[in-house]
Amino acid sequence: MSSASHHAPHADTLAARVKAATGISLAQCYQCGKCAAGCPVSEEMDLTPCQVLRLLQYGQDKYDERAMRSAGIWLCLSCETCSTRCPQEVEIPKIMDVVRAEALKRGIAHPKSKDILAFHRAFLDSVEQTGRLYEIGLVANYKLRSGHFLKDVMLAPKMYVRGKLGLLPHMIKGTAAVKRIFKRTLGSKG
Amino acid sequence: MRIGYYPGCSLLGSSREFNESVKAVCEAIGLELVEVPDWNCCGASSAHVLDHELSVALPAKILAQAEAAGLTEVLAPCAACYSRLIGAYSELEKNPDHKTRVSEIIEMPYTGAVKVVNVLEVLERFADVIQAKAVQPFARKVACYYGCLLVRPPKVVNFDRPEDPQVMDQLAAKVGATPIDWPFKTECCGAAFSVTRTDLVAKLCGKIVDSAVKLQAEALVVACPMCHSNLDMRRPETNAALGKDLQIPVLFLTQVIGLAMGIEPKKLGIQRHMVPVAFNAPTGAQA
Amino acid sequence: MSRIGVFTCHCGENIAGTVDCPKVAELTRQIPGVVHSVDYKYMCSDPGQTLIKEAIKEHKLDGVVVAACSPRMHEPTFRKAAAEAGVNPYLCEMANLREHCSWVHEKNEATTQKAADLVRIMVEKVKHDTPLTPIKVPVTKTALVVGGGIAGIQTALDIANAGHQVVLVEKSPSIGGHMSQLSETFPTLDCSQCILTPRMVEAAQHPNIKLMTYSEVEKVDGFIGNFKVTVRKKAKKVDEKACTGCGLCVTKCPNKKIPDEFNEGLAFRPAIYVPFPQAVPNKPTIDTANCTYFKNGKCGVCSKVCPTGAIRYDQEDELITMDIGAIVMATGFKLMQTDKFPEYGYGKYKDVIDGMQFERLASASGPTAGVIKRPSDGKEPETVVFIACSGSRDRAKGVPYCSKICCMYTAKHTMLYKHKVHHGQAYVFYMDIRSAGKDYDEFVRRAIEEDEAKYIRGRVSRIYEEDGKLIVKGADTLMNGEPVEIKADMVVLATAVQSQDRSEDLAQTLHISYDKYGFFAEAHPKLRPVETNTAGIFLAGACQAPRDIPETVAQGSAAGAKVAALFSQDELTREPIVAVVNRQAPPLFSTCTGCFLCQTACPYQAIEQEEIKDRSGRVIKTVAKVNPGLCQGCGTCVAFCRTKAIDLAGFSNEQLFAELMTL
Repeated sequence: MSSASHHAPHADTLAARVKAATGISLAQCYQCGKCAAGCPVSEEMDLTPCQVLRLLQYGQDKYDERAMRSAGIWLCLSCETCSTRCPQEVEIPKIMDVVRAEALKRGIAHPKSKDILAFHRAFLDSVEQTGRLYEIGLVANYKLRSGHFLKDVMLAPKMYVRGKLGLLPHMIKGTAAVKRIFKRTLGSKG
Repeated sequence: MRIGYYPGCSLLGSSREFNESVKAVCEAIGLELVEVPDWNCCGASSAHVLDHELSVALPAKILAQAEAAGLTEVLAPCAACYSRLIGAYSELEKNPDHKTRVSEIIEMPYTGAVKVVNVLEVLERFADVIQAKAVQPFARKVACYYGCLLVRPPKVVNFDRPEDPQVMDQLAAKVGATPIDWPFKTECCGAAFSVTRTDLVAKLCGKIVDSAVKLQAEALVVACPMCHSNLDMRRPETNAALGKDLQIPVLFLTQVIGLAMGIEPKKLGIQRHMVPVAFNAPTGAQA
Repeated sequence: MSRIGVFTCHCGENIAGTVDCPKVAELTRQIPGVVHSVDYKYMCSDPGQTLIKEAIKEHKLDGVVVAACSPRMHEPTFRKAAAEAGVNPYLCEMANLREHCSWVHEKNEATTQKAADLVRIMVEKVKHDTPLTPIKVPVTKTALVVGGGIAGIQTALDIANAGHQVVLVEKSPSIGGHMSQLSETFPTLDCSQCILTPRMVEAAQHPNIKLMTYSEVEKVDGFIGNFKVTVRKKAKKVDEKACTGCGLCVTKCPNKKIPDEFNEGLAFRPAIYVPFPQAVPNKPTIDTANCTYFKNGKCGVCSKVCPTGAIRYDQEDELITMDIGAIVMATGFKLMQTDKFPEYGYGKYKDVIDGMQFERLASASGPTAGVIKRPSDGKEPETVVFIACSGSRDRAKGVPYCSKICCMYTAKHTMLYKHKVHHGQAYVFYMDIRSAGKDYDEFVRRAIEEDEAKYIRGRVSRIYEEDGKLIVKGADTLMNGEPVEIKADMVVLATAVQSQDRSEDLAQTLHISYDKYGFFAEAHPKLRPVETNTAGIFLAGACQAPRDIPETVAQGSAAGAKVAALFSQDELTREPIVAVVNRQAPPLFSTCTGCFLCQTACPYQAIEQEEIKDRSGRVIKTVAKVNPGLCQGCGTCVAFCRTKAIDLAGFSNEQLFAELMTL
């Protein structure tokens, strides 16, 4: 790291965006690692939660980018174990939400995020169309988006005989209003 | 007594036995459930990943519908819905100026008049009634599994204690079960990764199921459809990851209570589980 | 007309660098009332002071303004010089040309003008100053030391050795405090009891020390040199004079299952007990909350077996009131309990213990006679995890501060463990190693390099039990936050140092300040570390902040020295800057209307009610009166007084208005 850039962080850092969106200051984190220690998926992450926070603490493009490009941020389950135990009361899942959203916006999200994103997009598509989640529609849409056509094919018949699959979507009366909610939030941000 | 009811999408589909058993138990204890009119999906574990404002607006719409229907309290049995609803409620209480913006987005007034409660909270109020009606004690050793969303984040849900919670254990004990003291009550099951990262879910569920069996539990008891589907529906993958064949059934707490009250198993949707609800001969717990 | 002299100091370049000092002297010479004005390079130097003294005599000055630095440093210097030349010291004032002017402004005309204005203000003040005489109050040369741990013992011994009387009050049945529970002490590993016991005995036998154990301070009135203190001597239910300390009652007591406080719950004690073998005084006390006789009137074994008939079931608490000249608070600390850690099992795992419990396990006088055995099954633990910062530096747990002693005692614990369990492995989870102190860091290095403690930089997220082991889930932040899981046989939490229970209540009883964590507040964090804001009350040890033994002892001696200095005089001289409630001729007597808002507002309890009576003794009016011994001159009452009946000597309303009007 060059010392000159170290002392001159520009205003539009990821840390600044986290602060604006959530009110959380990255400076609160003192890198004790308790988040990484308790995270159920930290073993699977290329960057553990405390490392993501460390990168953001620098306030430099190259470190911000490294955080946004990581695969680990897509593994966060928002289980809140870290934030519940954090001695500095840092709400890490909220930070992860911002980092992911920024990564998507800049088009630098890790390729491994593809399936996870496909699922979330399929989920929200269903809600946007009908107002509620249509589980069969979700799975079909996910398969289309992800290309995992054979995933869980054996599960569906079992679910069906147990009455766990509703074959038709539930349409709510307020579908149009829900669509407008999507337009005003998700839609307005591209 | 009446209370607002938000079943949520899963309870109409993959977790309909939770819906069935909640309704059956509430009917038995004399609690009338008033469904929130024309409710929409809460956004669950997806909305917040893609857009924070959306993840607040969808639950706010539900609460605003409840408010318009004159309800003051809404029961959300699904732990994921509960978490999104109370999360949005808490965020809007913390930033009252956001209420105006959210009202504009959802095209109806949101004032924060409706409180959100989970199924354990509601049943706890009827603990004595439940105990009195438990004519066929559920005399089994059970591992009560709370998952993440009922107790975390503690400052938002403000319910039970964040580690080693007790309310479900106490309720199970009221109907004759013996809850085990075990360390995985609030370890994450993998939640929404069921479809996308089944391998991870299998690994996480493996630790939970294995620990419960090791400590001689005869059933896992849950209060969350996501936990249930991961622990039940993903059992083949879980067993494969463990290299074991664990057949411990996973029941919703409302099913356990319903069975103890003598409600017909079919009415509680017991037959809908992937891992069959079957037990060995009664254990010492009955004696 | 006044004859005031102005003396402008250059303070080397400090003032003269930005302020034109000769110009200030010239400008201020023209102020009405000023008859002499000069500047000089260093006014505080000997020649500078001589210059002032000679000018006073030569020009018959009746007031002095020294335009120099902050009065905090040199006001006493110049007032003394003025007094030596025959001017009342309170007619000598300082204008602060340094902090208030030269250090904060650029060099230019305006800066010099401001300097002259600052002098002008002080000239007006001097014109309205009245000669004041220091207040004298008598001193009772008996000190009260509250708390009988090492802090209180050291303080009491130092005061007693200086020839003064000391009352040492301790709430538990024996003096000794936490130090008596420790095994060995860092950084030398000498036995705690071996170095402490002689001091305990010395304190007990000292002719100048009166020991009051099982006693608590109930009420404190009065002021520096003249406190009136009431102490509750709780009933031990044993006649201390008749008791020979034979211990028969303790042996025969049938109720032996009471958790032993001295052993931190790792052993049991009877209902009549001596806290530990070296206790001072070595006489038993009945724990009435747990004694069968006091619970249901049956038993009475101790009374039956006592050879001297010393058991007194009907003994009552005694309230003893005494005259005290100075008080030293040495009430120590407590440790956060393990049940405050949800993630570590809420205290439900028997083998998750705190640092003090480990001390008892390692202590030769402890429940295992110094053999390391884990509490659950008495097995020797082969893997022990130590967790530093347990609850400390943890704002979520309400303790954002560093507990200071844990890094060192944890290193010590790993050594003691290794010395006793040679094949054992100690792990330490830490965030930073704070080992500043003589031979401290070397000590920690020894634990790591010679005794092979494995230090892992990270906090532990969770502990749970599985297959008879404690699973400790931590992370190594020096390895990218990689999760680290250790299967341990025992875990020692270095839990946070906290203020004693009810320390706030005690502070309120004494009218001393405390911080938001319940630690007693020092008067100044650097320059008055053992004094409180209440004159005559001092602090020693961990009741002020987390401290280790060397610091505690140093502070105890410091507090002792402060008390000895106070007692070296028969009378106290105090600054006469105190509030005065006016008195006038009858029929008004005073403009005070007796609303006593001032009494509520006064932080020092310095305001009393005075009845003004006629010749027949009938009360005509009740008005406020300031006790000059207690008043600290803060001026709060002046601001509160609705009828302007109170004025502060040296800072009267009239003076302040004159100072403002001159600008």
